[in-house]
Amino acid sequence: MDGPGLRKRRFVLDYIIEMLGITKSFPGILANDNITLRLKKGEIHALLGENGAGKSTLMSVLFGLYKPDKGIIKKNGKEINITNPNDANNYGIGMVHQHFKLVHNFTVLENIIMGVEPTKRGLLKLEDARKKVIELSKKYNLYVDPDSYIQDITVGMQQRVEIIKMLYRDNEILIFDEPTAMLTPQEIHELMGIMRGLAAEGKSILFITHKLEEIKLVSDRCTILQKGKYIDTLDVESTSKEKMSELMVGRKIEFTVIKDKANAKDIVLEVKNLTVNSKHSVKPKVKNISFNVKAGEVVCVAGIDGNGQSELVYALTGLEKPNEGEIKLNNKDITKASIRQRSDAGMSHIPEDRHKHGLVLDYDLAKNLVLQSYYKKEFQNHGFLKFKEIDDYSEKLIEKFDIRSGQGSKTVARSMSGGNQQKAIVAREIDKDPEILIAVQPTRGLDVGAIEYIHKQLIKQRDKGKAILLVSLELEEVMNVSDRILVMYEGEIVANLDPKKVTMEDLGLYMSGAKREEKVV
Amino acid sequence: MNKLNKWMRSPGFYSVAASIGAIIVGLLFGFIVLVITNPQQALPAFTTILLGGFTNGIKGFGQVLYLATPLVMAGLSVGFAFKTGLFNIGASGQMIVGGFIAILIGVKCEFLGQFQWVIALLGAILGGALWALIPGIFKALFNVHEVISSIMMNYIGMYAVNMLVVKYVYDSYKSQSTLIAESAVLPKLGLQELTNGSNLNSGFFIAILFVIVIYIILKKTVFGYELVACGHNQDASEYAGIKAKRNVILAMVIAGGLAGAGAGLMYLAGAGKHIMVVDVLLGEGFTGIPIALLGLSNPIGVFFSAIFIAHITVGGFYMQLYDFVPEIVNIMISVIIYFSAFALIVKNIITFFLKRNDDKKEKKPTKKIEEEK
Repeated sequence: MDGPGLRKRRFVLDYIIEMLGITKSFPGILANDNITLRLKKGEIHALLGENGAGKSTLMSVLFGLYKPDKGIIKKNGKEINITNPNDANNYGIGMVHQHFKLVHNFTVLENIIMGVEPTKRGLLKLEDARKKVIELSKKYNLYVDPDSYIQDITVGMQQRVEIIKMLYRDNEILIFDEPTAMLTPQEIHELMGIMRGLAAEGKSILFITHKLEEIKLVSDRCTILQKGKYIDTLDVESTSKEKMSELMVGRKIEFTVIKDKANAKDIVLEVKNLTVNSKHSVKPKVKNISFNVKAGEVVCVAGIDGNGQSELVYALTGLEKPNEGEIKLNNKDITKASIRQRSDAGMSHIPEDRHKHGLVLDYDLAKNLVLQSYYKKEFQNHGFLKFKEIDDYSEKLIEKFDIRSGQGSKTVARSMSGGNQQKAIVAREIDKDPEILIAVQPTRGLDVGAIEYIHKQLIKQRDKGKAILLVSLELEEVMNVSDRILVMYEGEIVANLDPKKVTMEDLGLYMSGAKREEKVV
Repeated sequence: MNKLNKWMRSPGFYSVAASIGAIIVGLLFGFIVLVITNPQQALPAFTTILLGGFTNGIKGFGQVLYLATPLVMAGLSVGFAFKTGLFNIGASGQMIVGGFIAILIGVKCEFLGQFQWVIALLGAILGGALWALIPGIFKALFNVHEVISSIMMNYIGMYAVNMLVVKYVYDSYKSQSTLIAESAVLPKLGLQELTNGSNLNSGFFIAILFVIVIYIILKKTVFGYELVACGHNQDASEYAGIKAKRNVILAMVIAGGLAGAGAGLMYLAGAGKHIMVVDVLLGEGFTGIPIALLGLSNPIGVFFSAIFIAHITVGGFYMQLYDFVPEIVNIMISVIIYFSAFALIVKNIITFFLKRNDDKKEKKPTKKIEEEK
């Protein structure tokens, strides 16, 4: 494979896409303020910025989803006018969205050809398409089975389908919108390889992300946005990670979580022989698990996605009924308690899926911030909501946790950026002052600034003597934040580790099932 | 000016503007149909539709409000269910069952004296609630879609009521239910004299009371907060410890009760409305659907859209004078509903004009908002 240096020399010809002076405003927010982005042919160009910095807006402008208020787009030096995604496609611009746009009960092949179906006298001609897809997947090392259904393949595979979709349409400018947010470490690694291969074949890639390691790994150049403003375009090789993050956030960032030694006390959460059966198959998702979490420590459940972590959390929080076993909170049996009872007993839950469980997207921010406490005395009087108190409380949390939005308490949750939605959930769950905080991938899809912030909050809670159960797929987070690591593999806890005494490689082996401790807990 | 500007940008304004825009388009479409079918008579006929109830002065106006009463309730029933994420297409069945119980009490229970109409009305509410309870339970416990089960309940209700009317309160000469007792008729409050002999009675004000109560429940109470949260996102509601299944059942029951109350107000008005023993579903229940859509499920919006629908329906009665069929009004209502779904377009048009206005002043809208802060 070509090194980045080689590639640059070969394709330093010209800019393939130029976005000049792009300005786009929404009610209450100037999302893009006079932004310029130049993409060279054959380069991987990262677009770096915090949540809400305007990356997605800029890309939506390029993809024809938004019309800019000001500014022009040039392709190969000529001004072009993109008014909808079809235009973008005609100009060779393709995009892999953060949330894939696939039809779940269609096959891979059907998804790829959707919109450009080859037909003969009105009938589908799948054979030609199949040939082309197989060719493409060979050429770019993107193995997919054209006849599998989308619902049956992994997220990483689905992403490959999205990539082939772009290639099938002969796109030469590929936009990847936070492509690694949903992937496991292995899949991320593979994706990086694929991207390098694509660039080597002459495709130009725009890579939206806020993960600095990934930028370092694959990109040639990097454009940084901050709060809608253009900051700088840098050569990645000669710029340090620290420098990039400083430009992105506007202040220095601590990458390692600073924390004292854990001071674990009494057991807060105790789980004994917990088993949760799968709804869809006979095989249990959680098999006979026992562990505990003590006050003043962060216990992290590590593992590759889909090894029973979600089901374990559902059983702990009451969203699903466990089939066997016992859950105790502060020595009180809560195995059969309702969600509300658990919450009142001091359990907070930052859910994995913030759109499904965490927020009522059509409610405004204030109503979402009281989602777990609206029924309490502070906020209701004989069944009537106390709007003034709710608003005051919401203003307080917004200030304390720095939740940014267009219209403050009155902002509809749907219109907020992902990072700020997550901050709202974290604020709500932490401010409940829980005995135990169950945080499931609390930093998923967030930028370094927000991650640093959330990690600090978790440690702060720990130091206040709270018990914290963190479920995470990110090795770095696991190593950094936790005081104890439980590794889950195929529904079982296969290791109980001290992060100071285990290497990342070892942890990886436990997670992939290659290694397990004889006696756990 | 600033205040007006802010108000123009509020979602409430968009919604009202969208509905009014839809009404204008619907009326124009109706006018075009009139012109095509009979150019000479089109203009006077159209004027009559616009005048609606007012064609007949104060009496007509009273008649509009009288006709609007059950429609307000039906719209409220459907709209309330919409707000909680349910589609109550069963208002028709709930109304006929509620109406039957009202008539049964109204005919048989004269011993209740002056409280007879109150008990009859309560009976109607109970009947409607009971008829909605079944789809509610099916939805919550067995995940049977409420549209399917409440359509079934419409037919079961209609045939059951036909059978029961024949058995207990049948006027075989007119093949309809018998006249209710004097004390079962809703108080007239002298409104008939006031409106020159229309059928207006206290039922209209009872409907207003329901509108206010439902508005308060949805917007101001903990219960409403839970119901609407379930409507928007059932998973998040469960995560928040809200008993979503219980709320589905309760929401259906309340929606059914509202529909039942509507039937009670209709049959207890003492204006010659009876349950006809025919194999036809009660139309008022279905009219509730377009009313709720046009009123965007907001109780206040439902109130005004029900009056509007009643207004042009009365106008439609006069259509035969001009050699048109009264159904012309139904075409207009359909087009209005069709276009009220285009709220987004109206919103974009308004945003466009607001923006152009701002640009003229050479001020960026965002800067302005920042300044306001």
